[in-house]
Amino acid sequence: MSNVIIKASKLTRHFEHVKAVQALDLEIEQGQIYGFLGPNGSGKTTAMRMLIGLLSPTSGEIQVLGHALPQQAEAVRLQIGYMTQKFSLYDDLTVLENLKFIANIYGLPVKHQSKRINELLSIYGLEKKQSQLAGSMSGGQRQRLSLAAATLHHPKILFLDEPTSAVDPENRRDFWEQLFDLSDQGTTILVSTHYMDEAERCHKLAILETGIKRADGSPQTLMQNMGANVIEIEAQDLRGLKQSLLPLDGVISAAQLGTRLRVLISDHIQNPVAFLQQQNCIHPQDVLENVRPSLEDVFVTSTGRSTP
Amino acid sequence: MTSWLRIKAIFFKELIQLKRDRMTFGMIVMIPLIQLLLFGYAINTNIRHIPAGVVDMSQTGISRLLIQTVQATQVVDVQHYFQNEEQAQAAIARADIRAVLFIPQDISQRLARHPSVGLGTPASTDEETTRPIAQWIVDGSDTIVAGAIKGLKGMPLVELLNKPANRSVPTFEITLLFNPEQRTVVNIVPGLVGIILTMTMIMFTSAAIVRERERGNMEMLITTPVRPIELMLGKIIPYIFIGSIQVSIILGLGYTLFNVPVNGGLWDLAGATFLFITASLTLGLVISTIAKNQLQSMQMTVFILMPSILLSGFMFPYEGMPEAAQYIAEALPATHFMRMIRGIVAREVDLFAMSYDVYWLALFTLAGLVVASLRFMKRLD
Ligand SMILES: Nc1ncnc2c1ncn2[C@@H]1O[C@H](COP(=O)(O)OP(=O)(O)OP(=O)(O)O)[C@@H](O)[C@H]1O
Ligand SMILES: [Mg+2]
Repeated sequence: MSNVIIKASKLTRHFEHVKAVQALDLEIEQGQIYGFLGPNGSGKTTAMRMLIGLLSPTSGEIQVLGHALPQQAEAVRLQIGYMTQKFSLYDDLTVLENLKFIANIYGLPVKHQSKRINELLSIYGLEKKQSQLAGSMSGGQRQRLSLAAATLHHPKILFLDEPTSAVDPENRRDFWEQLFDLSDQGTTILVSTHYMDEAERCHKLAILETGIKRADGSPQTLMQNMGANVIEIEAQDLRGLKQSLLPLDGVISAAQLGTRLRVLISDHIQNPVAFLQQQNCIHPQDVLENVRPSLEDVFVTSTGRSTP
Repeated sequence: MTSWLRIKAIFFKELIQLKRDRMTFGMIVMIPLIQLLLFGYAINTNIRHIPAGVVDMSQTGISRLLIQTVQATQVVDVQHYFQNEEQAQAAIARADIRAVLFIPQDISQRLARHPSVGLGTPASTDEETTRPIAQWIVDGSDTIVAGAIKGLKGMPLVELLNKPANRSVPTFEITLLFNPEQRTVVNIVPGLVGIILTMTMIMFTSAAIVRERERGNMEMLITTPVRPIELMLGKIIPYIFIGSIQVSIILGLGYTLFNVPVNGGLWDLAGATFLFITASLTLGLVISTIAKNQLQSMQMTVFILMPSILLSGFMFPYEGMPEAAQYIAEALPATHFMRMIRGIVAREVDLFAMSYDVYWLALFTLAGLVVASLRFMKRLD
């Protein structure tokens, strides 16, 4: 038997007028870092809430750690940790008070509490902030506190909803180092994001758009099976060039990156460089280069959008 | 299995939050303090100094003596004199005065024939002896003012006469138990305990669950293993202490400022108060599971508070209300508490003698806790 610990089939959730999640199939294995990549409103939070048992699906089935959700939600409470998108600890409690509260709520024996809390304070660099009110901390500090609280009881599965939205790029790297540490210790992590660099760090990811899963797999496979080639063009009038290229059959998208134009060409065109050079708008002195696809390109080809 | 650790965690969290919320914290002390002073000094059903006018058609020594006697009762304060009845009634309509004493021209003859004077010769006719000596015209829209003037109906006329009057023998003798001096505060102070607790206890907890939702803490809370009943208990226990502090403030000040002692047993007082506090708190919790936001919870609190003030017996005697109103009053915890606390404070009744109210409040609390816990879903949908 494989060690799939989160399994969803045909998971669907409708709100009054919105189909937030539509027929989502998922299989997440133990120890994986699994990413939900999608733009605003693509259903990341809704899907995550259903996988935790906070929202009932309109239809479809969920198994988490062998329990059917949402019916048996209480059975998995002690084994999962959830970091909400919006800060949900108490603003008017200090860092220490918040962590103590969580420790008691999760029934951590009193004699182990201060050891565990001190450990978390040092891992997440909050020692100097212990007696500061959570509400008065910066966005990044608050997200570190939320992660500390979500991991306090050593959950088997960690659900993180856009955990780094308020974190600067450098701290984001540190944050991810901590996620890798948790993953190495065997924690399964489901993380939602709309940052490409974060998505690229996941073992596997699902690209969501308007509640529908457009693609899934490891970042490498996704890039390999993207179904398009990426050509970068160095030329004079890039804006004009973009306008002329976009209407062409086979051109999926064109985006300006500094002095270059990054063009995605569908892979039913055998030789994309030759294809472009035949076009009138390309001049002989322009430089064309076939480059490695990025996750952003995968996102663009699978959703038809330019940014998540 | 219910976990004390979790109840304790919620309890301390609530205490810390309360401590940091200076405004609410201040209200805990200020509400009972201010309300007690306001009501204690302001509410008085022994009406005095009602502004009044006089139309004196006789202008005799007798009529002036009558006016002085009326003044001496302190019930009215004669402020205006009028030429005729029309002027006087206009003044009542303008609310310059609340009542007018109309003294007819023939007051001397009327007085001479009045039974309290009992002038024997020539023999008075029945018609003569039943004629009052003067008339009060009163603004009857305020029944309490009207009642006070009505009280003057049988005013003794001793001072009006040079000779001792024929005393009329009262039909009943009345013995006033518990509050012989008829001081309003004896009834107001214990009643105020019920009203203030209704207000603060329901108000605090009616916001309890809604606030977690509005501030976004709910999504975290329902992901934890906390059980609804643990959450509910953890949220009401701090307020049991706070309610007790408020009761002490009211009754303590009631004793020192208004000289209203607690005649009954302190354990009976503690028991009754505990029952009422928990009943009010769970009522607040139920509201909190219904309301969508803090404004709604506030509105529902007022919805309960108004009938608690008007129907519980605080303002008007329960017995005087129509049957339908009595049924509504019976459904309010405040009505049961009003009976108990007044009994304990004024009449030295013990809790065993009021077991109906005791069971009622206990059952109300249990039912409230069950309803609130069942209504509280650990879901977002
Ligand atoms: N409680 C709700 N009631 C009605 N509609 C909702 C509710 N929650 C979510 N939706 C709708 O469902 C869709 C998906 O929302 P969701 O919050 O899951 O998106 P998301 O991917 O998490 O977006 P973001 O990146 O902005 O957090 C949106 O169109 C949203 O308006
Ligand atoms: Mg979201």
